[in-house]
Amino acid sequence: MNPREVWPGLALLAVVAAMPLVASNAVLNFLLSSLVVALAAQGWNILGGYAGQLSFGHAAFFGTGAYATAILQTRYGVNAWAGLAAGIALGALVGWAIGLLAFRARLRGSYFALVTLAFAEVLRILANAADVTGGAAGLLVRLAPGAGNLQFASRAGFLWLLTGAVAAVLLLTAWIAHRRLGARLVAVRENEDAARALGVDVLRVKLSAIALSGAITAAAGCLYVQNFLYLDATIAYGTWISVEVLIACVLGGAGTVLGPVVGALALHGVGELAKIALGHVAGPVPGVDLVVFGALLILAVAFLPRGVMGGLRRALRGAGR
Amino acid sequence: MSLLRAEGLTRRFGGLVAVDDASLEVSEGGLIGLIGPNGAGKTTLFSLVSGFLAPSAGRVTFAGEDVTAEAPHRRAARGMARTFQIVQPFAGLTVRENVAVGAYLRHPGRAEAVRAAEAVAREVGLGPMLDAQASALTVAGRKRLELARALATAPRLLLLDEVLAGLNPSEVRDIIPVIRAIRERGVAILMIEHVMQAVMNLCDHVHVLAGGRMIASGPPRAVTADPRVVEAYLGHGAAARIAAGGAHA
Repeated sequence: MNPREVWPGLALLAVVAAMPLVASNAVLNFLLSSLVVALAAQGWNILGGYAGQLSFGHAAFFGTGAYATAILQTRYGVNAWAGLAAGIALGALVGWAIGLLAFRARLRGSYFALVTLAFAEVLRILANAADVTGGAAGLLVRLAPGAGNLQFASRAGFLWLLTGAVAAVLLLTAWIAHRRLGARLVAVRENEDAARALGVDVLRVKLSAIALSGAITAAAGCLYVQNFLYLDATIAYGTWISVEVLIACVLGGAGTVLGPVVGALALHGVGELAKIALGHVAGPVPGVDLVVFGALLILAVAFLPRGVMGGLRRALRGAGR
Repeated sequence: MSLLRAEGLTRRFGGLVAVDDASLEVSEGGLIGLIGPNGAGKTTLFSLVSGFLAPSAGRVTFAGEDVTAEAPHRRAARGMARTFQIVQPFAGLTVRENVAVGAYLRHPGRAEAVRAAEAVAREVGLGPMLDAQASALTVAGRKRLELARALATAPRLLLLDEVLAGLNPSEVRDIIPVIRAIRERGVAILMIEHVMQAVMNLCDHVHVLAGGRMIASGPPRAVTADPRVVEAYLGHGAAARIAAGGAHA
């Protein structure tokens, strides 16, 4: 594990974890939603950033994790922590299954992206029609604050839980990146044929990546539902989360340990600021944050091809000379 | 004992027969050349042997086992490594990281893999470039990188696809001892090569492929004197004209 990649991230998360001491509820709400996206984006980063398989349908995993947790609790009375574990496992399974179908068919690039989008959309339509998901009316998780129920009376408790989860995935990512699996993920991203010639089982590496990616993004979905206690098909499987995790990674730096976290915080931070600033001038403008997301994506692609982290690394190297 | 045996390999692309009933053999520790004019099917034959293409007919055995239907990564695990004629570096990675991907095949731990990668990189003369990005290497450097990555998988057989192409004469002179040293470690080599100086210098035995067929095989000097080979390169009647007197050739 490379400490230079890990310490700044842990320091950043320590600052976030200290925020309940000083910040208002509005800031904490902002941090909670940013951290959910950060966690989901960390999942995307394993598949899209390291293994280079760009998914446009990570909602499939986010929603699966969220629904698994919600349905197990509301319909079967399962404990929320067990629901979280089941959600993570199911996310990995769905990832593996989508991967098996798409990668065995040798889909790559935009074709793979479109297939993932299609899976997420199919799941959204099914969830909207099925009974078990509450259909269009959605699901309400019963309010029962208590750590045993994975609910917290204060925002601080949930913030700490999310910060811990993001930190854990940060360490996991850094650990993988410096092991054989990490080297193979990157080799597959850079050149599949060369990887194959060097004895890398490309299909297996991709399946590991998508299963792990699905598990992490599903965990974000589980925690989302525990925080808001409400879920419907548009939240769970809507394109919003697929888009946000993708932009967060591209903005922060795909294929870097800290990129998704920095990207998610920056994305939501700028989005919120735009809402507030414009709100003062012109009253509430719904959807202005989406306009900002689009603008940020264009700027990142044009000026920061490796995201904020790549730009920082280049700047630091320049300063070191 | 023969390490690699390809028997009756044929590959059709639609109506085109790129490789037609070609057979060859590489003995344990041997250094075999595969030459032939452009478009003869040499690289296609390599892809059939290494598993990147499935043959339309024929079979490949490696160390006595039939590997015809095996995927490339499984053949690599058995000890068959190839380089690419058009170099395929992991462009965004350093030389060390590139070679380590190969080394991970035999060394699951990072420390040992990196150590093995560095040793191999030094062996092929990339020692000073370990921290350079692969995309920053010269053509000669990239060719060495191809070689280093393949070697890092600790192969029993190395398939070299024109590792000398695009190099200037002094670079060729520098890399020939490297190839000889690899062979002296007991690694068998099958090399596609256009640089005849290298083929004559290095190979014990040469196969000549033309129009997808094996037209000759034997020691390098005998093969280059073979009229069929001369004609394959220089056109019909060339051998007779050369024999009649150098003035008209």
